[in-house]
Amino acid sequence: MKKNYVRALDIKNGRVDMNHGAGGRAAKQLIDEIFAPAFDNIYLAQGDDGARLPMPVGAALVMSTDAHVVQPLFFAGSDIGRLAVHGTINDVAMMAATPLYLTASFIIEEGLQLRVLRDVVNSMAQAAKEAGVPIVTGDTKVVEQGKGDGVFISTTGLGGASAEHQVSGANAKVGDVVLLSGCIADHGVAVLAQRESLQFESDIVSDSAALHTLVAALMTALPSGALHVLRDPTRGGLATTLNEIALQSKVGIDLMENQIPIRSATEAACELLGLDPLYIANEGKLIAIVDAQYAELALATLRQHALGESAAIIGKVTEDAHCFVQMQTRLGGRRVVDWLSGEPLPRIC
Amino acid sequence: MKYISEYRDPAAAQLISAQIHQEVRAEREYRFMEFCGGHTHAIARYGVTELLPKNVRMIHGPGCPVCVLPIGRVDQAIKMALEHNVILCTYGDTLRVPASDELTLMKAKARGAEIRMVYSVSDALQLARSQPERQVVFFAIGFETTTPPTAMVLQAAAREGLNNFSVLCCHVLTPPAITHILESAPKGEAAVLDGFIGPAHVSIIIGSDAYAPFAQTYQKPVVIAGFEPIDVLQAILMLVRQVNSGRAEVENEFIRAVHPLGNAVALAAMDDVFELRESFEWRGLGEMPLSALRLSSRYRAFDAEVKFPCPYQSVSDHKQCECGSILRGVKSPTDCKLFGNVCTPESPMGSCMVSSEGACAAHYSYGRFRDVTEASL
Repeated sequence: MKKNYVRALDIKNGRVDMNHGAGGRAAKQLIDEIFAPAFDNIYLAQGDDGARLPMPVGAALVMSTDAHVVQPLFFAGSDIGRLAVHGTINDVAMMAATPLYLTASFIIEEGLQLRVLRDVVNSMAQAAKEAGVPIVTGDTKVVEQGKGDGVFISTTGLGGASAEHQVSGANAKVGDVVLLSGCIADHGVAVLAQRESLQFESDIVSDSAALHTLVAALMTALPSGALHVLRDPTRGGLATTLNEIALQSKVGIDLMENQIPIRSATEAACELLGLDPLYIANEGKLIAIVDAQYAELALATLRQHALGESAAIIGKVTEDAHCFVQMQTRLGGRRVVDWLSGEPLPRIC
Repeated sequence: MKYISEYRDPAAAQLISAQIHQEVRAEREYRFMEFCGGHTHAIARYGVTELLPKNVRMIHGPGCPVCVLPIGRVDQAIKMALEHNVILCTYGDTLRVPASDELTLMKAKARGAEIRMVYSVSDALQLARSQPERQVVFFAIGFETTTPPTAMVLQAAAREGLNNFSVLCCHVLTPPAITHILESAPKGEAAVLDGFIGPAHVSIIIGSDAYAPFAQTYQKPVVIAGFEPIDVLQAILMLVRQVNSGRAEVENEFIRAVHPLGNAVALAAMDDVFELRESFEWRGLGEMPLSALRLSSRYRAFDAEVKFPCPYQSVSDHKQCECGSILRGVKSPTDCKLFGNVCTPESPMGSCMVSSEGACAAHYSYGRFRDVTEASL
């Protein structure tokens, strides 16, 4: 018998049209030819409205969701697909949990080239495979041209929380030590450098990475109760994330600027563009706030991991009713490191 | 980064700081104004104030081009984009400046105006070339630093005979602003300011000689300094020395970039393209005669105000706003009732809060821990 009575998608020249979102044969074909083969796993293969999953082992379930919009879709070091996988895995991991499953929904703009969609999906599948976290269910919708930006991807992650480590942004204690797993601002600068209006060449690549194995290493190395806060400083950068923690924990944070790792190319790019790297997004870095007694152990653990080679102790938690994040500047002065106001914008002077 | 990090070296900073501490006279106060937003930013970002003796006070001046841009000008830009359907190109800093009717350029964009952030005026020109069917307006703001690029782009547009490119010219001049601050100092009282840190990038264009009249007429020392923290510290030391020896001269700390006569090519381009406006409103400082530029008659065809008429209407700030006094160095941000209360970087009411270089925003974002420490002592 003939294998199928469908003409294969023209990936090379075809584009997504409204039929692909209508739920009929075209929609099924899009899923069968682009999504299913890429994400292939036993849960997805069930082919039902949802996935039936084994209960995770752990103290509790952890769930997190994240929507991803980025222009351009592909940029140095990563793309929207990898970002969608890494972002949600990291959000689950930052709860001291082991990420187990992901879901993905796609809002695709009419006119998107099938080739681009396939590349995004394949890249996403690759990232999920590398991380060992399957995409178990998903959805696609198509919106008219002009109502989307190529593709928006929303992912949800489910994980099992650690029984030994309970972390929260509210757990920072006076005297704790603040660690950062590596160089800041690479992701934001890599994306900016790729925008068409900036004629700007650099070899800066996004740091987009799944951090759950790095978190696992920390959880294994540190005794129960030593790990207080885990956060990934994404949008708003290191400065904004630390302000969130300070406010949530009702403490102050004191940073040493000369200890904050940053690549010189990234620093130079920020200098040129008039941006402060403390406010630029990261997609593969974590902040760990730990009991001072275990700071060196935590640092050594981070540094032993490929994703934490440039880890550093960048500051400490202080008593401060005003919840200021302050910084000893490289020059030797002091200043407040404030929340980000609006979008980071360049200065003209 | 090497050539920059040298000017951010902590050991050098400590050395100059120690020198300043040693040379200041305990019995007097030193009040210096850094005119430029770039200096304000450097002082705030690197925590320079911490390295100064208590009796050396830095007063943030009006040299932030975004801060002194009056509301009415932003209104004009928004009108051009919304009512005349032009593509409005602007530097990033202006996007958040509050205008009338609760609008900003960013909010106007959300209402359908086509507003593009550009890093350079030549990006706007390029856009006009690539979209001949659309009118492109560049919202030209800034002091003498950003003026020559606007001039040169207009020269190029004229050469090419582009008819879909124009400029909403809000370029302002540094010397009239300094004169205004000095003229408006309270007469008969103790001098409010003991000296100026002169602009860095502006001085590259206009040259250090341009400041000689102030130093002479008003007997105020001026030290032109670069925008790096070591430059600022060195300039403060030079100012302290001038004050201590009773001198009032123009000195140049920024010799690696500033020539006494400035940049002749840039000045010639400015002369060719622009002429003086009889008067121009500065936010916080009011109308100032001969303090801004407009396109000269030869370039009238590129003047957005002529091409898309929307008459300028002055809009006043909140009654309790103290920006005027703060820009003149008479009051500090914390003297204002609105500061940090209803006027914050998220919802700025006065000019000093609208850009991170403004005196109030800089104090809010980088320095407010000091108020808390002082209050709790």
